[in-house]
Amino acid sequence: MAAALVNVPKKAKNGDVIEIKALMSHVMETGYRRTTSGTLIPRDIITSFTCRFEGEEVFRADLFPGTAANPFISFFTVATKSGKFDFEWIGDNGFSETGSASITVE
Amino acid sequence: MKVAATIVMASLLLAAGVALRPLIATEIPSAERRSGYTFMAPDTKAMQDDDTTNPGMLGVLDGEALWNRKGGSAGKSCADCHDDARVSMKGVAARYPAFDKALARPVNLEQRINLCRARHQEAEPLAYEKHDLLALTTYVAEQSRGMPITPDTGPELQPFIAKGRDFFMHRQGQLNLACTNCHDDNWDKHLAGSAVTQAIPNGYPIYRLEWQSLGSLQRRLRNCITGMRAQNYDFGTPELVELELYLMSRARGMPIETPAVRP
Repeated sequence: MAAALVNVPKKAKNGDVIEIKALMSHVMETGYRRTTSGTLIPRDIITSFTCRFEGEEVFRADLFPGTAANPFISFFTVATKSGKFDFEWIGDNGFSETGSASITVE
Repeated sequence: MKVAATIVMASLLLAAGVALRPLIATEIPSAERRSGYTFMAPDTKAMQDDDTTNPGMLGVLDGEALWNRKGGSAGKSCADCHDDARVSMKGVAARYPAFDKALARPVNLEQRINLCRARHQEAEPLAYEKHDLLALTTYVAEQSRGMPITPDTGPELQPFIAKGRDFFMHRQGQLNLACTNCHDDNWDKHLAGSAVTQAIPNGYPIYRLEWQSLGSLQRRLRNCITGMRAQNYDFGTPELVELELYLMSRARGMPIETPAVRP
């Protein structure tokens, strides 16, 4: 289980614009680098990040070899009701991690 | 006559130069010391300040898991002896490297963890600069965040601090530079666009953006030694630990920032 840090405000008022932050630990090996002996280091990156709110997709990002290690993704959405955000990171070599955070909307 | 005037003029210029910039390097006065943090751009500062954007916190999370994992022939975890790190490890990083009686020399935090593994867990040492040792060290050091650096003032450490200071002051390598030439005399200037800074090691292990990972103080020191084109030292060698000791004594009283972010 790779370490992840997700940050969603615990409480918000209906209609508030809220910031969601997600930090995932991953080496993001580009696939273009070589070892000192000249062997190519195989690509190992996260290829997709998805955030769903109560099952409905609210944000998605495709990631490529140009993204630095431990990708940090931040985005905004409008809080309309209480519920749970589910985060999913998918990548090379069967990498798949999930996280979640809940929000109470008053 | 003309030659004599030139000599006089040159001597005057030399004298003025010497007066402006002493040839003997001087250490930074206590009040003028600055954390590497103060040299950073606002974006990088913000990244360090927020625990949900600081990538070093991922190491802290992994370190916490390792703290509680049983290992070695003894089948013990760190927590089995030390309980809650948030209590038992508070202030520990602020006084390291510390003197180890059995080895009769100072050891840094990474070495202390590996000594603990050997003596109490009967486990293999964790490799330098690999994720597990960095994560565990970061977790331990993070317990001292905000606390002032308080180096051990015991007499047994003094000769080692003196050796570390000698290393810092001694010119070496193909560029014939000493650490002090940059970090005492020119810390307010730039080297290839980057701030030189004062060599205050108050945030290690750091998450360095250039490395895209956590790294130890010794990794940083080895970087500098390579930059000076001098003969490098392996991780954990006494020379590097002595240098760490001296640097921590320079940083006395400054707050620990682990896990610090640096560019």
